[in-house]
Amino acid sequence: MRHNGSYSASPRIGLLEWLPWAIGVAAFFLMPEYLSLGARILIFILYALSLDLVVGYAGIVTLGHSAFFGLGAYAAGILSARFGVADPALQLLVAMTACALMGLATGAVILRTRGLTLLMLTLAIASILLEVANKATSITGGADGLSGIVVAPILGLFRFDLFGKTAYWLCLAVLFVGWWVTRRLIYSPFGASLVGIRENHVRMVAIGSPVPRRLLTAYTISAVLAGVAGALLTQTNQFVGLNVLSFESSGELLVMLILGGVGRIYGAFIGPVVYMIAQDMLAKQFPEYWSLGIGLLLVIIVLFARDGILGIIDRLVALTRKEAR
Amino acid sequence: MQEFLASLVSVAFHGVAYGMILYVISVGLSVTMGLMGFANLAHGVFAMAGGYILTTSLDHWGLPFPAALAVAFVLVAAGSVVLERLLYARLYAAGELAQVLFTIGLIFMATAIARLIYGTLQQPVHLPEGMKGQFDLLGRDFPAYRVFIILFGAALVAGLWFGVERTRFGAMVRAAVDNRAMAQSIGIDTQKLFMATFALGSGLAGLGGALGAEIIAIQPSYPFEHLVYFLIVVAVGGLGTLRGPFVAALVIGIADTACKYWVPQFGAFLIYVATILLLLWRPAGLFGRTA
Amino acid sequence: MKRMPKTLRVAAASVATCLAACLAPVHAQTVKVGFITTYSGPMATLGDSMEKGARLYMKLNADKLPPGVKVDFITRDDGGPNPDKGKQLAQELIVRDRVQFLAGVVWTPSAIAIAPLMSEAKVPFVVMNAGGSVVTTMSPYIVRSSFTLWQSAYPMGQWAAKKYKRAYIAVSDYAPGHDSEAAFERGFTSGGGEIVGKVRMPVGNPDFVPFMQRAKDAKPDIVFSFIPGGPQSTQIMKAFGDLGLAKAGIKFVGTGDIVSDEELPNMGDAPIGVVSAHHYSTAGDRPANKAFLAAWKKEYGAKSIPNFLAVASYDGMDMIYTAIREQAGKVDADRSMAIMREYRNPNSPRGPIAIDPETRDIVQNEYIRETRKVGSELANVEIDTIPAVKDFWKEFNGKK
Repeated sequence: MRHNGSYSASPRIGLLEWLPWAIGVAAFFLMPEYLSLGARILIFILYALSLDLVVGYAGIVTLGHSAFFGLGAYAAGILSARFGVADPALQLLVAMTACALMGLATGAVILRTRGLTLLMLTLAIASILLEVANKATSITGGADGLSGIVVAPILGLFRFDLFGKTAYWLCLAVLFVGWWVTRRLIYSPFGASLVGIRENHVRMVAIGSPVPRRLLTAYTISAVLAGVAGALLTQTNQFVGLNVLSFESSGELLVMLILGGVGRIYGAFIGPVVYMIAQDMLAKQFPEYWSLGIGLLLVIIVLFARDGILGIIDRLVALTRKEAR
Repeated sequence: MQEFLASLVSVAFHGVAYGMILYVISVGLSVTMGLMGFANLAHGVFAMAGGYILTTSLDHWGLPFPAALAVAFVLVAAGSVVLERLLYARLYAAGELAQVLFTIGLIFMATAIARLIYGTLQQPVHLPEGMKGQFDLLGRDFPAYRVFIILFGAALVAGLWFGVERTRFGAMVRAAVDNRAMAQSIGIDTQKLFMATFALGSGLAGLGGALGAEIIAIQPSYPFEHLVYFLIVVAVGGLGTLRGPFVAALVIGIADTACKYWVPQFGAFLIYVATILLLLWRPAGLFGRTA
Repeated sequence: MKRMPKTLRVAAASVATCLAACLAPVHAQTVKVGFITTYSGPMATLGDSMEKGARLYMKLNADKLPPGVKVDFITRDDGGPNPDKGKQLAQELIVRDRVQFLAGVVWTPSAIAIAPLMSEAKVPFVVMNAGGSVVTTMSPYIVRSSFTLWQSAYPMGQWAAKKYKRAYIAVSDYAPGHDSEAAFERGFTSGGGEIVGKVRMPVGNPDFVPFMQRAKDAKPDIVFSFIPGGPQSTQIMKAFGDLGLAKAGIKFVGTGDIVSDEELPNMGDAPIGVVSAHHYSTAGDRPANKAFLAAWKKEYGAKSIPNFLAVASYDGMDMIYTAIREQAGKVDADRSMAIMREYRNPNSPRGPIAIDPETRDIVQNEYIRETRKVGSELANVEIDTIPAVKDFWKEFNGKK
């Protein structure tokens, strides 16, 4: 399942790749009390997928991805709470547009820099949005959070309920679309050139690849995906808090992604699932040990298993194959 | 007019005190980042550790205040050497992403450990009697402890300047920052140099955290909460210099205080905007050596 | 989303207990009470006080439950002012644990976020701290055992206007802060006072010095302040002391949050002379309060000090127990609400309290207190009483 840069015009979707979706559908029927957790997991998969595109494929290290997640969340929320637009599709659309514009505008200026400066700029942009959300109380609700969000029933039929059934299906459907788009993108020549830029920036420039434009495109698409995830969170919770924009949220997302495996679509699936289920079971009982464990895990992964859970599985598979031979 | 002048004095005074703290904490980060090219997001952990060591030495070990400051410096420096040898050194050659994730992992662990040992409350600092209350200067009252911070910070800056510009060790550091391969080839043991600089930088962070425990409250989320400001000081000042972070820290300390004083409704918004504009104009910071 | 046997088992078990709860005869009934508060983060003492208050009540009053009825008290930590976390926990308590009462909640933003869930799930929610006026208006299933900021800040303004002319307002920048700012301003200006300046300070861990310096430079007669109690009260008091505002002739007044009882021992002498308005002080000279304090010290040690959060949780549990008792353990949401709406207790540690049936908000005495040295320790001594205070915001705005 390693997709690092392999490229073909029309990749067939393998049998194994349908597995997550089968599990996703089955979970709905088997765990009706856990659907709100399920919906959150689906949202974070989409969010992690968007991060994988910039960090894993394009090699842009960002500390401010929460800017887009939060912008999407607030855009959808403000549209509903302040302008009375309850239509879920319209909310998603506005969130996407806002994030596309923001991604284009910020990407155009910050992607020229590298290293510490780039880290700093991404962090500063997220910090600005956080500060705006915190201070523009009359629009965003500030530290009180944005409440009074109304989301109309989908297609006029499916109401957002207490148990999160509608939200779960919506998140699953949107994630499917997001996955399909990302997958297509990664297997296209465009995806191959992103990997090329990540591996050797200078050489890609030398062979005439339009590097800045490629990076900007990837950055903007990623921003849109993150914004959609944020808007989904707003619709699921019908509430937006400042947390969506915090540095901790960006950091936590990075943890999920590295846990699953960077630069390999399905790492973004495994990471949030493992992380959030473990969190649901452990963090409530042992909050101190939880973050200690996460920190330790992160250090160990970086030192010994930089390709995450999927990488470990790959190596195990390779090992058993070798023995079988 | 009189009132405006009075408020100017207030802002300058509190801003400089805050800036001094920022400088003492961040200068080490600037030098180590410049020297080793290591994106160490966990630098705030050292500052937090210094703060905890200070309050523990005052309350439990019964040390006098100056000794507690010294202990904070020494223990943090020693602890950082262990970390550097065991963990950091393995990642000098690794990519930025690995360094970022690794140091975020350290932050997670440090906050958890702080919570396990000290709980979640912020640590009260029990200052010696002489530093409490106000200090009368030209008919105006200033909080005595902040006066001490400014004086102490100034002395430290002078000491550092002398150390880096006028000593053999300083010359070696400057050489290694400028051109590591060259420094190595003329017989400077860069590995030892890294270790020493890292220890010094981290120890200073510990000292800064201890010194500033009154202003930047010591509690477990410290390394996350204040990371942005430490990084801004480093990025705006430029890597690998002493002057850069000093100017940047003072400017940011004063600007932050001025914003709180005159336009609290904007929060830190203006600082972030200014940082972005500055970095777009000069990606290497005010005094950075390389772009 | 992997299926895990463990989660399945948990799910099955909770379905089973729910069925059991619905079908079982009167004996051996369990009423589930979900309790959300802040146990971690810089504000962890607040949750600690609340839980101690609630548990003390349950320990002392086990005999007030009908025979065979037990209360299952399920606690959850929101880690500070994180409304989305609070909402998520409330949703899980309702859907997974199927609680019959929701209780606790330190933060007004969390209470606001949770409110819509209560209407949809039809679960009574006893707010045991969150003092933003608007909270109780957001769902007919909310009742409040604590206070509103209007109850304390408005009388504080009226009282201050009789003695002082110029006031500076410094409050935390979130709903309760905005409430207390508006309430104090209205009370103070309607009494002829003038507001010379105001500032809103960040909610989490701020350095109060620049804000206090600004207040000092504005040369007011008094500074009025609200902050979310707990450790922040010590910090703001320290800033007030360090900058020498008292020496410059400036008086510090506020809601009781700036001189939280349990923090007084950490404050040195800075708060001496501070005047505050609040509904509870450990120094309150009432038999019920003496008994409460004695029970508290017996349970948690002589050094432990209860505060207004503990008392509101203590009284809030009494509301829940009253509802359970009057329904003989078979609780129904609407009947519980009907009972709690009519709740009154002439002997709370804070004096007589009642719920206003119209607004489901608390009616209680407000005390003007001055912080003095009593013996070797500081205490908030009650110097004036304003009886049976309702929430002024709802009165002035005709809200329910």
